[in-house]
This record gives sequence, structure tokens and C-alpha cells, in this order.
Amino acid sequence: MIELKDVTKEYTKGIHALNHINLKIEKGEFVFVVGDSGSGKSTLIRLIMKELDPTSGTIMVNGKNLGRLKHRQIPMYRRGLGVVFQDFRLLKDRNIYDNIAFALRVTEKPTRLIKIKVPAALSLVGLAQKYKSYPQELSGGEQQRVAIARAIVNEPSILLADEPTGNLDPTNSWEIMKLLEEANERGTTVVVVTHNQDIVNQMRKRVVHMKKGNIVSDEKGAGYIHED
Amino acid sequence: MRISTFGYSMRQGVKNIGRNKMFSIASIATMAACIFVFGVFFAMVLNVNFMVKKAEEGVAFTVFFKQDTTKATKDEIGTELKQLDGVLSVKYVSPEEALKNFENYFDGDKQLMEGFKDDNPLAYSDNYEVYLKDVSKQAKLVSSAEALNGVREVRHSDVVAKTLTKVNKLLGIASAIVIAILLAVSIFLISNTVTMGINIRREEIAIMKYIGAKDSFVRAPFVLEGVLIGVIGAIIPLAILYVMYNRAIHYVMSKFALLNNIMEFLPVHKVYATLLPLGLILGIGIGFVGSFLTIRKHLRV
Repeated sequence: MIELKDVTKEYTKGIHALNHINLKIEKGEFVFVVGDSGSGKSTLIRLIMKELDPTSGTIMVNGKNLGRLKHRQIPMYRRGLGVVFQDFRLLKDRNIYDNIAFALRVTEKPTRLIKIKVPAALSLVGLAQKYKSYPQELSGGEQQRVAIARAIVNEPSILLADEPTGNLDPTNSWEIMKLLEEANERGTTVVVVTHNQDIVNQMRKRVVHMKKGNIVSDEKGAGYIHED
Repeated sequence: MRISTFGYSMRQGVKNIGRNKMFSIASIATMAACIFVFGVFFAMVLNVNFMVKKAEEGVAFTVFFKQDTTKATKDEIGTELKQLDGVLSVKYVSPEEALKNFENYFDGDKQLMEGFKDDNPLAYSDNYEVYLKDVSKQAKLVSSAEALNGVREVRHSDVVAKTLTKVNKLLGIASAIVIAILLAVSIFLISNTVTMGINIRREEIAIMKYIGAKDSFVRAPFVLEGVLIGVIGAIIPLAILYVMYNRAIHYVMSKFALLNNIMEFLPVHKVYATLLPLGLILGIGIGFVGSFLTIRKHLRV
């Protein structure tokens, strides 16, 4: 499903954000990517999103070699991914319904389908009643739930979450993780970049630990490793 | 592109205009000024062209006969003139008609004409008026007429047509320069407006890209914004010009009554048959080019 072979990323010459990384994530897996700031976690996500290109190495996603994707093929590739960010990235001038519908409009889905899929996605994240609200009227946890609804409404095969609980209190963080786990149970491959030790320790999923651009450990059912 | 997607892009384009009102208004105003000036010059060129054509239609040369030329020879000259290539029509003007024309020229001054009552000074001035299909062939036809047997003199003048053609050329050049400058300013302002729109919507564009929007989907609202500005910027001056056109002609005719005889203006619907589509195409074209070039430059999607 996701495979990185000997991937290196240099932003400035000689400084490796990622250093000859090899990583394989199978279909339907739930993977935490952990590590300190600057360890290369976000670079990893951005490479998978094809927001960045590796300096060297190969990235295969769903059987596609990202290095060989033409510019015009990138949108279609990204439609197979759902992305959730720490800062939610919702459109403040639109209500919740329109924020989620936006993901479908962008992919040029017909209006009749939008009318079915948006309420369904809102129900999945427990916000069906708040479809008319604007992002600023919601709590951080609710906003992140909207972001998840937007990410899953196109039924992506892979869900990438970059610090999805970074701005949330523990209760809301758990709610978000529960939604991601539910998406995983429905068959979506989930990759979560996080600093949240409690969540990693309790959920006992596969944990890829990164440090200074290298993978220092990759274990199933592991906990958060302290770097001190 | 789906109809619903087009509708969505259209709504976003309209919203963009609303989001940066000042720039949009400035763009529309410049565009309107550009198309207004274009319209004024275009109407002028069209009218001068029309007058040149009218003047050309009236251009003729006059063939006078040698003294004592018989009627048979005159008829023969008439037939030969008709057969020349480029001749539209040939009209015989008798000495009496020549005198009558002379009288008309002096606006029927009875006293003046009284002196010529029994003694037609134009007795030997009967002639053929030769009208042309194409004024550019005049010189060639004049020499052919001069070569005919029994012809004393051929008089011709193409000053009016030549002057009008010159004026038209000058007008054309002046309008081209003014329009080119205004076009550049319009494109620049539209480009600025669209750049503002892009900056305001940078976050939205980034989200679109993460979600998998095609380049065309991201660009469409901006192009439509530019085109909309172009259409509005074209409709306003075209409407103003439509109202002003008749008033301007009426004003010119009443202020310069002397011109009534030599000037004839095109009716507004004839001018607008070309000016309306041309003005709209110009507006849409500037809007499209201005916005398209800008998003290509600023939106590396």
C-alpha cells in the first residue's frame, strides 16, 4: 500500500530531513509515526501526499510510483488520500456542511451525491445537528471532527493525520483517535503523526519512531519511546 | 466540467469580486474607460469610412466635347465611355441642365440668372458625367476618356475622397495607440485584482490541492472573475455610448448646420451591429487574458 525505498530528502544540501528511509505500510494498517520536532515525521507525510519530492529513493502508494506521476495526475492520486492537520484548516467563511461539501465539489461530484454524502459523514463524526454552524462557533475538538469528516467523505483508501490532537485537550483527543480507529476498522489505512504519548501508549498500534531523519524503531503494539 | 462545478466556480468568481471590492471597481472602471474610448474611436472611424464611401460614390469625372462635335459623335463617345472597365454610369448633361446646375449652385439667385436668360454661357459645355465603381481606377479611366475622338477636356477631382481617407488613417492610428495603452492598463489592473483574490484565498487553494482539485478547478473561479469584470466593464460603456451617440450627432448637426450637406452619419443600430459584439469580445478577451496569465504566474498548483 505505502512503500518507501531508500528515501532521502534534503531541504538544504547536506542536511537530511529524511536519511535513506525504508518503510512499508500494508493495506488496512494503523500506524503511529512518533519522534521529536525535526525528526522528519511531517516530511514523511508531505512526501506521501506528493507535496514534496524525495531527493532520492522511490515512494510507491497503491501500486503507483509517485516519482513517475505527471503533474496532471497528482489531483487524481490525492483523491485517494484523506488528510487531517493539527490546525484543522477549515474554511471560516463557510458553514460545516459547505466545508465538507467542498471536498466533494473539488472532486467534481454531482450535487445529488453531495446531498447524500455530507450528512452521512457528519453523522459518522457525531455533528449531524451542527451542520449550519460556522467553524469559529465550534470547539477545537468539534472542528477537528469536521476536518475528519471532510477527509473521509471521499472514502479514501489512506488517511494521513499530522498531529491531529496537537491542539486538543485529552478528552477531545480521545474522541478524535476513536474516529480514526473507526475509519481504520472500515478498511482505511491510517497513518498518524503524533507527540501524544498517552494515546500511543494506550492504543498499542504499530509505532514507527523517527529521530533526525532516521527510523530508529518500528514495532507493532509498542509504546512511546522517550528519547532522553 | 460539470454544470454544477461551473455554477460553483461562477459563484466563487462573483464572491471574489465582492471580497476585494476596491480592486474590482478599479478594474471595471479602467476596463470601462478603455472600451468607452475604443467605442468612441470605433464609431468615428466607422462614420468617416461611411462618409468616404459616400464621397467615392459621388466622385465622377466630366468629359467635355470639342466645339462643333456632332450629336452622332457625342453618342458614340457616350457608348464608348459606358464600355470602359470600372465605369458605373454615364450621364449626359445638356447645356440647359448645365445652366440649371449652375443656378442651383448660386442657390437660385434670380437676379444673377436673369442676365443669362437668352444667352446661355454654357452652350458649349454640355458633357458626360462619368461615375465610377472604384475611385482608385480614376486616373486610368481619365486617360482612356481623353484618348477618345471628339473629347476636348476631362475634368476630375478626388480631393474629398483623398482627404477623408487620410483623416480615417490618422484616426485609425490614433485610436490604435490610445486603445493599446488602455488595454495594457486594463490587463495590469485585472492582474492585480486577481493576485489579490489569490492571496485572500491562499488557504482555500491549499486545501483544494490537498483534497485533489484539478488545476482547472482551482483556476476557473479566477478566470471567471476576470471575464466577469470584462463583461461588466464592457456593458457599462457600451450602454452609455448607445445613449450618447444620437445626442452627439444631434449636437454636431445643430451646432454646425453647414456640415449637414456634406456629412451623413450612420444610424446607431448600424454602428452597434459591429461595436456591440466587438466591445464585448474585447472586454471578455482582456478579462480572460489578464486573469489567465496571472494565475499561471501565481498559482503553481
